[in-house]
Amino acid sequence: MERITVKIDGREIVTSPGRTILEVAVEHGIRIPTLCHLEGLSDVGACRLCIVDVRGQLVTSCTTRVADKMEVLTGTDAVRAYRRTILELLFAEGNHVCAFCVSNGGCELQDLACELEMHSVTVPYAYPRHRVDATHPRFLIDRDRCVLCGRCVRACGEVEGARTWNFAERGSQARVITDLDVDWGTAASCTSCGKCVEVCPTGAIVRKGESNGEMRKKPEVITRLKERRTHG
Amino acid sequence: MELTSCTPQQAADIRRILDAAAGSPGPLIQVLHAVQGVVGYLPADVLDYVADALYLPKSEVHGVATFYNFFRLDPAGKHTVTVCLGTACYVKGGAKILERLKKELGVAEGRTTADGLFTLDTARCFGACGLAPVMTVDEEVFGRLSPTKALAILEKYRSSTEDETAGSREVTHTAKVAKGRKHEA
Repeated sequence: MERITVKIDGREIVTSPGRTILEVAVEHGIRIPTLCHLEGLSDVGACRLCIVDVRGQLVTSCTTRVADKMEVLTGTDAVRAYRRTILELLFAEGNHVCAFCVSNGGCELQDLACELEMHSVTVPYAYPRHRVDATHPRFLIDRDRCVLCGRCVRACGEVEGARTWNFAERGSQARVITDLDVDWGTAASCTSCGKCVEVCPTGAIVRKGESNGEMRKKPEVITRLKERRTHG
Repeated sequence: MELTSCTPQQAADIRRILDAAAGSPGPLIQVLHAVQGVVGYLPADVLDYVADALYLPKSEVHGVATFYNFFRLDPAGKHTVTVCLGTACYVKGGAKILERLKKELGVAEGRTTADGLFTLDTARCFGACGLAPVMTVDEEVFGRLSPTKALAILEKYRSSTEDETAGSREVTHTAKVAKGRKHEA
């Protein structure tokens, strides 16, 4: 088997080609923040939080493959500053008010803000007014808490195979929709499996009936499901 | 499935377009393009029909139809107002005109007012940069605009439509047809 050598944060690592920078880093205990990435789903590089420095260029580590003699820096001051700005933009683009959120304390966006030491948001808030949809008997979506990571879209398409979710519109109007942008409760293709709920990193897609700060998601169900399907 | 939003002729045309597209790889955009050519816009039941015929998820069809500027989900209004956002017009305040019209008409770009009177659109350069900022109403070009002037122009269109509606109660059938022809020319 072909072997290549990459250098991550000064550490020489021998690995095989075709793998992503993120995979190799995780395997060697090097932490790179991620949001749209979820083990078991395809990688799309949507959130940009996993950016790393490859010889002065910023690339998303979840979608960039390692190459021989590649030199990767995962935590330079510049990279950390860029990640913080990206995170600030995510916060400013939605209505992420932790104190009033069911996912308070169980939110990947909130965890990232702590990890990346985002003390405040320095860009103006957009205060969107997207549609809240509570028509599904068991679940609910508050689109103002959506970061458009697309994990629901991929879990629904790649794991459940229903393809109920997709993105509609673009720019500041972009949002996730069910079927032909119908009420979720009437979306004929939805199997009510709840995978979109478990993979949603924020309080956007949630189970009904849980109160402020009670929501705890289980994105690892997708990872386990994928593993079992792969290994029979 | 019945296509209630179009005429039998349009429905037959849509079926022909879908038959021709059957089996070709990635036909969605071309199909939507052709179907919009037939109906003038993309009604929800038509999107549903296209999704079924092409074996595509409804969410994907809706996603594509809303991603591209060219596709519209509601019928065009009586008048199409197009604000230029080309470089010259943008520098001269085209975006401010658009913002004001969006606010006053209460519609987003590409959508039609509830009364069916105006569709608000944008374009990149009409080739009338010397008159920047420019907008067109149907085929008519209006230059050196301000947000207030643009609104005043739309008000004229609105009141002339009201006159037409009021007047049409008295005019004979032939007169109406003649008027329609003139408008087309």
